[in-house]
Amino acid sequence: MIHRAPSRPLFWLFSQLNHPTPLGARRVITHFCWLTLLVWFASNEIATAATNEFRTRLHAAILSEDLSEQTRIIQSLIGSPDDSVQQILSSWRGGALYWLELNETKSPVVLDPQVDADGNAKAFRVLDGEIVKGSDGSTQLFSPTELTPVDTTSKLRKVIKDTLDLFSIGNPDPVVRRDAITKIGQARELSLVPHLEARLAIESIPEVQNALKEAIALTQTVNPDAEKRVAAIEQLGTMRSINSLSFLKQLLTPTKGQGATSPDAATLQATRKSVVEIENYMFWGNLFGTVFRGLSLSAVLLVAALGLAITFGLMGVINMAHGEVMMVGAYTAYVVQNLFIRWFGSTGLGFDCYFIAALFCSFIVGAMVGLALERGIIRFLYKRPLESLLATWGVSLVLQQIFRHIFGAANVQVSSPSWLSGSWVIQDVLLAYNRIFVIGIALAIVVGTWLLLTRTSIGLQIRAVMQNRAMASCIGVRTDRVNMMTFGFGSGLAGLAGACLSQIGNVGPSLGQNYIVDCFMVVVLGGVGNLPGTVSASFGVGITDQILQPWLGAVMGKITVLAAIILFLQWRPAGIFVTRSRSLEG
Amino acid sequence: MKRTSSKAEYWIVGALAVVGLIVLPSLNAFLPTTHPLHVTSFAMSVYGKYLCYAVLALGVNLLWGYTGLLSLGQGLFFSLGGYALGMHLMLKIGKLGQYKSDLPDFMVFLEFEKRFPDSGGLPPHWIPFKHFAFAAIMILVIPGFVAFVFGWLAFRSRIKGVYFSILSQALTYAATLMFFRNDFTFGGNNGLTDFKFILGYDINAPATKRVLFMASCLLLLAVYTLCRWLTSTRFGLIQRAIRDSENRVLFSGYATAHFKLLVFVLSAMICGLGGALFVPQVGIINPSEMAPDKSLEAVVWCAVGGRASLIGPIIGAIGVNALKSYATHAFAEQWPYFLGVLFIVVTLFLPEGVIGIPQKLRGWRRRLQGTLPSDPAAPTATPGSESTPKPAQSPTH
Repeated sequence: MIHRAPSRPLFWLFSQLNHPTPLGARRVITHFCWLTLLVWFASNEIATAATNEFRTRLHAAILSEDLSEQTRIIQSLIGSPDDSVQQILSSWRGGALYWLELNETKSPVVLDPQVDADGNAKAFRVLDGEIVKGSDGSTQLFSPTELTPVDTTSKLRKVIKDTLDLFSIGNPDPVVRRDAITKIGQARELSLVPHLEARLAIESIPEVQNALKEAIALTQTVNPDAEKRVAAIEQLGTMRSINSLSFLKQLLTPTKGQGATSPDAATLQATRKSVVEIENYMFWGNLFGTVFRGLSLSAVLLVAALGLAITFGLMGVINMAHGEVMMVGAYTAYVVQNLFIRWFGSTGLGFDCYFIAALFCSFIVGAMVGLALERGIIRFLYKRPLESLLATWGVSLVLQQIFRHIFGAANVQVSSPSWLSGSWVIQDVLLAYNRIFVIGIALAIVVGTWLLLTRTSIGLQIRAVMQNRAMASCIGVRTDRVNMMTFGFGSGLAGLAGACLSQIGNVGPSLGQNYIVDCFMVVVLGGVGNLPGTVSASFGVGITDQILQPWLGAVMGKITVLAAIILFLQWRPAGIFVTRSRSLEG
Repeated sequence: MKRTSSKAEYWIVGALAVVGLIVLPSLNAFLPTTHPLHVTSFAMSVYGKYLCYAVLALGVNLLWGYTGLLSLGQGLFFSLGGYALGMHLMLKIGKLGQYKSDLPDFMVFLEFEKRFPDSGGLPPHWIPFKHFAFAAIMILVIPGFVAFVFGWLAFRSRIKGVYFSILSQALTYAATLMFFRNDFTFGGNNGLTDFKFILGYDINAPATKRVLFMASCLLLLAVYTLCRWLTSTRFGLIQRAIRDSENRVLFSGYATAHFKLLVFVLSAMICGLGGALFVPQVGIINPSEMAPDKSLEAVVWCAVGGRASLIGPIIGAIGVNALKSYATHAFAEQWPYFLGVLFIVVTLFLPEGVIGIPQKLRGWRRRLQGTLPSDPAAPTATPGSESTPKPAQSPTH
C-alpha cells in the first residue's frame, strides 16, 4: 500500500504513535486510555482535516505552475505527520505521479505498486487518498503507460529532495534521525536552520539534541552575519564537535579561485581557537582509546602468558604445546556453546549462561590435557629442558592435526552471549564489553594465582619444589604429585585463556601458533619465575604495541616490539624482575 | 657422548660420495629415459633438495650437538642464503618474465618504478646482485652478519639454554613477518620464483640440474669434512666442553662467548650455503621457508638421525625428508601425526637418534646374556622401547 486511508480516526492515532520519539511515544501510551475515549468523541472531520491540510497543500503545489510558489508550499510540508505526503513527494520526484483526466478535470494520482497480470494497478487520489472508482462504483485499474506523468524540472526535483531529506529529521528511529541531522548540518544550508530549530524545540533525546545543536552551529558558520558566525564557531569549539573539524579547517585555509572572500579576523581567531579545542579533545580521546586497546591487548597476553609463567617460569618446562592447550580451551568453548544451543536454543537466558559454563569446562579440559602431557611425556624430561621443547612441539603438531580432523581446517564460529556483545561509549571512545570482560578476567586470574601461590599450603609446596626439588623431597613433599598438579594448573589457565580468546579472535587449529611466540617473549621479558614480572611485561608489550601501531602498522609494530625485547634483554638479561639466587646456573 | 665407530661412518660417507657424485648422475645422463634404472631430472632436483637440507642439518648439529646451543633460527640463515642467490637469479630472468620487463615481475606489479625512480624501479640494494660474484659473497656474508649481531648481543649478556632458543625463535618469527611484507622489496608473500638462467645456463635443463645436484653433494662432503676437521681439533674439544659444562670452561680462562659466537657465525654460513643451492633446484624461495616451524623441523632431523655425531644429521635430514615426500603423497592427512609422534618417540626413547640404535641393541643383547647386569647407556624408564627400531634409511634416497 502506498498510503493509509486517513478517514479512520483510530488509524490516524496509530500513525501518530509511530511518529514521536520513543519517549514521546511512551507518553502517548500512558495516556492511551483517555486518548481512546477522546477519539470516540472527536468527530471524524477534525482528524481528517489535520491530515488533509497537508494533502491539500501538496495538491495545490502539484497544480501550481509557478516554481517559487511550489517551493514555498513544498517546504511548508516539513513536519507533516502523514507518511503518505513523503511518499507522494518521492513519487513526484521519481516521475511516478500521474495526471488523471476525468470529467474535464485533471487530478494527480499515484499508482499502487501491486500490479495485476496486465500491469494495471489501482490509483489513489493525492487530494484525499481515495481509490479512483468508475461511475458504477467499481475500482478502476490503470496502466502507467496510458497515463501522463506530472512534469518536473530539475530545480523542482532538487527542492523535493531537500525537503525529503528534512523529513528524516522527524524519523521515529533516533539513530536515523541523528544521522540525518548530522548530514543536513554538513550541507550547511542556511535556509534549513529554522527547521532544525523547530525540531530542537520538540526533541527529547539528548543525543539527537546534541546533533541538532551541532548541525545548527555548523550551518551558522556560513552565516553572513559575522556575530552569529563567530558565536556558532565558538559553540562548535565548546561542543568539541569532531564532525565539524574539517569544515573549520577549510575556513582557515585561504580559499583559491575567484569570488572567494577570506574570512574576517574575528572569525579566523574564533576558528583557530575552536580547532585547537577540538584537536585537543581528539588527542585525549585517541590517547584514551589507545590506552584502552593497549590494556585489552595486554590482558589477552596476560591471560595467555600466565599459564606459561607457571609451567615455564616456575617449573622450567618449555611447553611448545602451550598454544595448543589454549586452542583446546577455545574449542571446548565452541562445543559447550553448541550443547547449550541444542538444549536452550540460540537466544535467551539459557544460551547467555553458556559462557560461564564454558570457562569452567575449558579450565578442566585444559588441565586434563596438561596432566596427560605431564604424566606421559614431560616427567621424563625434567632434566633435559631442550628436549622437552622438541617433544612438546611434536605434541603440538599432533594436537593441531587432531582438531583439524574433527572440526575442519576452517575457523569455527563462537558467538558472544548477549551480555558480552555491544560496547560502552565514553566521550566518543568505544569500549567493547568483551574487551572489558577480558581485562576483568585477567585481573581475576592474576589475583587468584597469586593467592593460590602465597596463601595456600599447596602454593607453599609448589614454591618449595620449584626452588629446590631435592630439599623439598627430603622434607616430605611429594614432588612428583606437586609437579603434576602445577603443570595441570598452568595448562588449565591456558585452557581458560583459550575460552577468553574465543570471544575476541578467530577459533581455528592454528590459534595457538599465533600467540606462542608472544607468550614466551612476555615470560622471558618479565623475568622467569616471577608473576609480577609477567604482569608488567604483558602490560608493557601490549601498550607499546598499540602506541606503535598507528605509526608503523600492525606488522612493523610487532616486529619493532620483538626487536625492542631482544635489545631490552641486553640491558637486563634476566628480565624486568630478577629472582635473586646464588646458584651458578640461575 | 661416545662417537659411533668412525670406520662405519667413513664407509657411509664414502658410499654417499660414490652414489652422489658418480652413480646417480650417470644413471641420469647415460641411461635412456625408458630404462627402469633411469633417474629423472625431477628426481635429481628432489635428491638435491635433500642434500641441501642435510647441509642445514649439519649446521644445526654443529651448534646443538657439539656446542649445546639449540638455535631455532637456522632456517632463517638457510633462507637468507637462498634469498641472496634468488635475487641474483631474479635479475637474470631478463625480459622473459610475464611483464616482459627488465625488472622482476613482482617489482612491475608493485609499481616499484614510482618508488625507486632514480634506479629505474630497481631498489638500490638489488643493483649489485646483478653480479654473480657479489651474490656468492653475500650468501656467506648476510647470514654470517645477522648471526654475528644477534649472537654478539645474546652471548654478551650470557643468554643461554632455552632462553637462547626462544630468542632465536623470536628473531626468526620477526624476520618472517618482515619478509611477508610487500614493501620490504623481496617479493612479499610470493617470494622469488620463475628463475630461468644460472650462470648463463638454462636452469631447467637436465644437465644443469645434474650439475646442481653434484654441487650439492660436493658441498655436503665439504661441510662434512670441515666439521670433521673442526671437531677433532682443540677448538672442537673446547666446543664440547662448553656443551658439557660451560662454567668450568669459563673458569678455566676461556672466553666462551667468543667461541660460541664463532661457531654460531660459522653455522649460519653453512646454513646459508645450503639455502643458496636449495633455491635453484627447488625453483622458489618464499617467507614460509623461513617460518619458525622449518627451523624446528631441521632440529628434528638432527634429533632423529642422532646429534653429536656428524653422520647422524645427514641420515636424519635425508631420511625424514624422503619419508615426508613419500608421505605427503601417500597419506597427507596423517603426516603431521607421524612427524609429531616421531618427535616424541625419538626424544623419549632414542636420545641418541637412529645412530644410537646399534649400540643400544648391543647393550640389550649383553644384558640378556647376563654379561652386563645393568647397562648405564640404556635408560631404565623405557617401557616402550621394545618396539621395532627403525632401520637407518639409505642415504641416497
